[in-house]
Amino acid sequence: MAYRHVVGSHIWAFADLATLMAKATPPRSGDRLAGIAAETAEESWAARWCLAEVPLKEILARPLIPYEADAVTRLILDTHDQAAFAEIGHLTVGDFREFLLTASTETLARIAPAVTPEIAAAVSKIMRNQDLILVARKCRVVTRFRNTIGLPGTLAVRLQPNHPTDDPAGITAAILDGLSYGCGDAVIGINPASDSVQALGDLLKLLDELIQRHAIPTQACVLTHVTTTLEAMERGLPVDLVFQSVAGTEAANAGFGVTLGLLKEAHEAMLGLKRGSLGDNGMYFETGQGSCLSADAHHGIDQQTLEARAYAVARAFRPLLVNTVVGFIGPEYLYDGKEIIRAGLEDHFCGKLMGVPLGVDVCYTNHAEADQDDMDTLLTLLGAAGCTYVMGVPGADDVMLNYQSTSFHDQLYLREVLGLKRAPEFEAWLHAIGLTDGQGALLTGAPNRLLADAAGIAA
Amino acid sequence: MSDQSEIWARLAGLTPARIGLGRAGSGQTTRSVLRFGLAHAQARDAVHMPMDARALRVEIEALGLATLPAASQAGDRAAYLRRPDLGRRLAPDDRGRLAASAGEACDLALVVADGLSARAVHENAVPLLEAFLPHAERAGWRLAPVVVASQARVALGDAVGEALRARAVAVLVGERPGLSSPDSLGIYLTLDPRAGRTDAERNCISNVRPAGLTPDKAAFKLGWLLSQALARGLTGVRLKDESDRVLAENPAVPQLPED
Repeated sequence: MAYRHVVGSHIWAFADLATLMAKATPPRSGDRLAGIAAETAEESWAARWCLAEVPLKEILARPLIPYEADAVTRLILDTHDQAAFAEIGHLTVGDFREFLLTASTETLARIAPAVTPEIAAAVSKIMRNQDLILVARKCRVVTRFRNTIGLPGTLAVRLQPNHPTDDPAGITAAILDGLSYGCGDAVIGINPASDSVQALGDLLKLLDELIQRHAIPTQACVLTHVTTTLEAMERGLPVDLVFQSVAGTEAANAGFGVTLGLLKEAHEAMLGLKRGSLGDNGMYFETGQGSCLSADAHHGIDQQTLEARAYAVARAFRPLLVNTVVGFIGPEYLYDGKEIIRAGLEDHFCGKLMGVPLGVDVCYTNHAEADQDDMDTLLTLLGAAGCTYVMGVPGADDVMLNYQSTSFHDQLYLREVLGLKRAPEFEAWLHAIGLTDGQGALLTGAPNRLLADAAGIAA
Repeated sequence: MSDQSEIWARLAGLTPARIGLGRAGSGQTTRSVLRFGLAHAQARDAVHMPMDARALRVEIEALGLATLPAASQAGDRAAYLRRPDLGRRLAPDDRGRLAASAGEACDLALVVADGLSARAVHENAVPLLEAFLPHAERAGWRLAPVVVASQARVALGDAVGEALRARAVAVLVGERPGLSSPDSLGIYLTLDPRAGRTDAERNCISNVRPAGLTPDKAAFKLGWLLSQALARGLTGVRLKDESDRVLAENPAVPQLPED
């Protein structure tokens, strides 16, 4: 069925729901590259008027990718909570925006299992940045492994101590630096340069020993392909979190070498290890707008809607952490600071609305039209939106992956400006080892007990 | 405190990562902020500085090689960054022009492409070609004229190699600049170049720059890969680059450049 909207003497027509949603998406280079973006600014706003009048029931009834053709669509529809949907099923997209602006935290938690990615994406397209911030801030998603992530008023940090050749001493040095800035409550997570199981094992042991030696209430992860992590678990290596990059279509996931069945197998293996002391949220997923298009697996659907579908994949495995790597993919998908900022807020909002513990890798590459000022803006907005976690990269410069993320200093800035605390168990640990005062502020000139480790590696 | 500063200085020596920076309240020190800003500026300039194709051709011709200009269908830098597909296609007139200037079939077409860093090409393409020529001469490889291509991505080399009737194409391309490597050149070797080749069918030599893989070593690797590719009839994931082992096992191999 075609959708229509009249502006003055002009009738704007949109062939189907996928077309309407693509045209209603705030402008970005990836949708233009795919040839599905609105041709003019007026067309984009006509599409938004039209989308606002679409009933949520209709979005549910018209899957953008057919049920028979895609395992992610089947997952979304098979796990949809009909009872919870009763509360919002009578609304249009436009009504739903107003419902969200007035909803309480409890209401948002109740409807989360009724929100499909397509519903979340549709409403986000007619929301301004301030709406995305306000509603996300009210959503509460709390997860646990060895500490508690996502409590109100907190922000966690993934400590990302990457090294171009996985050198153990270099990685340890970066971890000690990050811990000394109070980073690492979300996870200490390494992107390895090598993908061998041997290298993975060495890094897993390094992280496990360091966490045990200092009794740090956090979890470790080496971000490698899920099949490699499965093999590591079979070999009895100390795996805390199981990582995988995921996308919003079956074909794009196939491009990553994963299926829902494989993720289920890894999830069950992780649960079997019982390494979480406070909870069993042990999965870690990364996503990013544009991954389906770059895998030629986008089905003519806009990149933001496909990104929200990736959160449905993540949601099925009760993850500890999920983050969009928002500016990593490059300017052919998100061209400049404005597009990256908008996408970061959309991704965070959609994830939270769906009940997923969303963090954001606030980042950019050197061929994007963006710089540190854009990252400061997005980081501050995400802090206001109650973002679950951000990255902590030494000096914001990842020397292994060659991109710029947020630094150890950046999270200190955000805590000072917005009064955000760390995961409570981690906060207590930092205080106990004498690095912070009772309020979580770093003490200047305090003796650093972690440096006892340094003698061995920097002799 | 001074003991701790000393330890941090030693730890910082263990990794190229920016650790032990110290802080000013919650912020970075002025020195760290300026250092980062300068590095980013250099990387940005590398992306946006136009390639000086004329000067490059003069320098390449001084090595005794013929050259030809070419361009992709991306009209400017903004189009190049937004539309990777256009950067992979030859400008409409160039295919015919290259085909017309092709001589007999040859072994290798060399393409110098600006990619994402004109600086990488300006500084490292000519030294690489100069170091590669002795290998080509020794092997008796016939070379097509060197094509200097603007607003070009790696896959543009497929159309160039096909037009020039080359058995293989090597694209020397400016890589996406890292914060501390604005000058990094990549080399992509593809056997039997033609439209529709995938990245899995190429071999890559990356990080070619004075502080990374030196032009001499990169030229040796390119020579090793090309001889293997021509002998075995393949490039890509099934051709593993074992030139490092050759270098390590037999540092006196005749092709080894003087370091």
